[in-house]
Amino acid sequence: MKSFIPEIGCSIPRADGEAKVSGEEKYATDHYGDGLLWAGVRRAGIPHGRIRGLDAGQAKNLPGVIAILTGRDVPGTNRQGIVHKDQPVLCTDKIRHCGDPVALVLAEDRTVLAQALALITVDIEPLPGIFSIDDALRPDAPLVHEEHSGSNVLLAATVDKGNAEEAFSECDVILEETFTVPSVAHAFLETENGIAWQEPDGKIVLVVSTQAPFRDRFEISHALGIPMDRLRIIGPYLGGGFGGKDGATVQCLLVLAAIHAGGRRVKMWWSREESMAAGFKRHAVRMEYRLGAGSDGTLHALKCRLYYDTGAYAHLGGEVMALGMEHASGPYRIPHTLIEGWCVYTNNPVAGAMRGFGVAQVSFAFEGMMDRLAEKLRMDPLDLRMKNALQRGDKNGAGVTMTHSTGIVSCLEAVGSHPLWKGKEQWMAEAPPFKKRGVGVAAVFNAMGYGRGLPDSAIAKVELTAEGKIRVYCGVSDMGQGNATAFFQIAGGVLGQENDAIELVQPDTARTLPSGSASAGRTTYTYGNALIQAAEELRRRIIGRAALMILADTVDELELLPGRVKHLKSGREIPLNILASVMPPEDRICISQFIMPVARDGLETGKAFFIGFPHLLFSYAAHLAAVEMDELTGTLEVKAYLAATDAGRVLNPQSYEQQVHGAIAQGIGYALCEEIKLEEGRILTPDLATFIIPGAMDIPDMMSISVETCETSGPYGMKGAGEVGINGPLPAIAGALAQACGIRVKTAPLTAERILEAMVEQQTACERKPS
Amino acid sequence: MIIRFVLNGEETQIDCAPDRRVIDLLREDFGLTGIKEGCGSGECGTCTILVDGENRLSCLMLAVQLEGKSITTIEGLAGENRQHPLQEAFIRCGAVQCGYCSPGMILAARALLTENPEPTREQIREALSGNLCRCTGYQKIVDAVEAAARAMQKQKEKAG
Repeated sequence: MKSFIPEIGCSIPRADGEAKVSGEEKYATDHYGDGLLWAGVRRAGIPHGRIRGLDAGQAKNLPGVIAILTGRDVPGTNRQGIVHKDQPVLCTDKIRHCGDPVALVLAEDRTVLAQALALITVDIEPLPGIFSIDDALRPDAPLVHEEHSGSNVLLAATVDKGNAEEAFSECDVILEETFTVPSVAHAFLETENGIAWQEPDGKIVLVVSTQAPFRDRFEISHALGIPMDRLRIIGPYLGGGFGGKDGATVQCLLVLAAIHAGGRRVKMWWSREESMAAGFKRHAVRMEYRLGAGSDGTLHALKCRLYYDTGAYAHLGGEVMALGMEHASGPYRIPHTLIEGWCVYTNNPVAGAMRGFGVAQVSFAFEGMMDRLAEKLRMDPLDLRMKNALQRGDKNGAGVTMTHSTGIVSCLEAVGSHPLWKGKEQWMAEAPPFKKRGVGVAAVFNAMGYGRGLPDSAIAKVELTAEGKIRVYCGVSDMGQGNATAFFQIAGGVLGQENDAIELVQPDTARTLPSGSASAGRTTYTYGNALIQAAEELRRRIIGRAALMILADTVDELELLPGRVKHLKSGREIPLNILASVMPPEDRICISQFIMPVARDGLETGKAFFIGFPHLLFSYAAHLAAVEMDELTGTLEVKAYLAATDAGRVLNPQSYEQQVHGAIAQGIGYALCEEIKLEEGRILTPDLATFIIPGAMDIPDMMSISVETCETSGPYGMKGAGEVGINGPLPAIAGALAQACGIRVKTAPLTAERILEAMVEQQTACERKPS
Repeated sequence: MIIRFVLNGEETQIDCAPDRRVIDLLREDFGLTGIKEGCGSGECGTCTILVDGENRLSCLMLAVQLEGKSITTIEGLAGENRQHPLQEAFIRCGAVQCGYCSPGMILAARALLTENPEPTREQIREALSGNLCRCTGYQKIVDAVEAAARAMQKQKEKAG
């Protein structure tokens, strides 16, 4: 490949591309080592119960078994959890879901490990289980966590503005509907895994597939009682994350195993089935909506009640619900809102972060309401959205003033002027026999960053190496979204160096600095801003030191060029390796911290959230789905898809489009086929043959328009592009289905069975109607 | 037992249990970690290798099935060259995100292009339908296979 300066705004090839296509890139899964041990977990297999006893005698006697550990062997608090520390590393008494871990086994190889795990018998006294939101909220419901405030409600909260109850009396039209969405799995191809070992000096090293290496260190330290300076977490490129690796999966188990491995390396790699059972999921949610508007379509009042099933442990359940509530009124101006939420514990698998964090769910509901309102008022669905779309200066549904880039109107305009929208009537009329066609739209948004309550911070570190090259120490993971490439471009752009002179160090608590999690559309925004500051400081320093060597009168006479500093007056040059050789190591490193701004409004609402509410910055999108429904089978096929996105300025058009495409594809899966089916807390869709994600035949070619606003607080004007795109497909496709055949499905996913059933109902209703 | 086969162009023999999974043998004993595992049951395609040029899932194969075969993994795809046109196109067209499916996807595409050097987009999608990707939405992967097919045709014309 020819050398180039990676610059902002260009579709430079991914910094990690070459190593990934050649098979050289070492993911966490690809680390082995001499004398490797394998660790595995015996899981409860029962959704709710009390451990009466555990017999590992036979397993222990199996040749090749090194150790069998239980909750009693956990040295620290034995509690994990990002906000609420309620999840044991190994259960000691109570079982709260089928995937709960009861014993940890270390063995010489995977065959022995499997045998040993099967030989452990656990005596569990079953308890009545909580498998639905309604079960959980019954006054006499058994408690999933006895120690938690006497109910199964992890968090109940209200977000309101104006006076919704009274405002409904001022509305010309009021609509009500209840929507439900199921739990789904991230289905990253690299399942949860890592490798750990204890160094001779007692320090423990963990290489792990993680979105949050620095938080992992904190979690492990807390749960296992190990000082943080004795832990080193290394986070290589991930084989996908999507939120499912934001939180403890294998981390504490592996470090515990390493303590008992006598310095040998221990590897844990969850099978797909284990990942389904024990890994985090997207929350299943029930959403009861009441929307009131004027006869001209002006939104006036919204009341909704949201119920999030967070499963057996809190994880980020409260924060996921907070974001859902913050977005429950859509990217619209509604003067009166009353949004109530309940996030409840059940004995279902643990729900947590997933792309579109609580927002993908409510997008189905608020856009479903907009479609119903448009139908009721006989208005064009796009015009209705445009009429109510947030603009800068408006207050959103949570009462936050939109003081930054707010591009939803531009997104809607881009969709409205597109041939797919303008030519929709003709396209629908041309449906082949036994097919019906429809075109739907959705307007969505997604907040960026952690919100108030904890600083959304990143600390960038950049070095001029002794060899005269640039090394960026990335403190935040790249799970595939391409932030490492953005950092490569930022360093290249600011320092003007060529691609082969820039090196990226992936997260490592011993080398990089805390920069938060790869999540919340914050990764490039926060670290990128910090990196610009650090790189600019390094640039000044390089030029300043060169001035000393070259005897320049002022630094203005010097320019930093690829591999050298040039004195423009005289033409003299100093190669960077020579310059580096006279700079002491600490002089060659620049460090800078950036903290994301937060909303300044003095809100009297959302008081129940102690972190994660409200947000200041949002990305926006308007989506269009053109679908074809088979009248004989009910099968829905997405024929064309358009996304107009406002994620600020685009740093790399190719990476940006990758995020848009990927989010749409996952969103189409969420709309059409993905569903974790449960029976009394047991997963009936345990693998990729039963939990169906889209394949190459299921996703159409997609069109992406970038509505480039300039987010002045972002690095070069950018905002997060990764999340917003997943919020559009479900409502846009549901709207398109209704356009095609008049069926409004209120339960996702929109499977052929569900559609066929609705068609039969529709026909029966028609036949019953007196003519 | 002793198993003899050709691995990325080199005659190889190994003494191993006949029922060892091929994916484990190649990853652990030969260090070919470019082969990924995503499900262990033939659903995701990330462990794709070429067996006598045909697309096979190494998580569903046992070591004994390698006897006398010629195996290509992602590490051997480029042969003497720095990159195979498919690898080059995957990078250039943006077909790589997390990259975990890329080795399997590229090998499945290689098998397709051997059989059908000028596939349509629909044929590419069909040929790759056994390889799951959770990041890209497949469009740029289809773009890359199309681009590689064109590049390979050009190479052939030049050589011919």
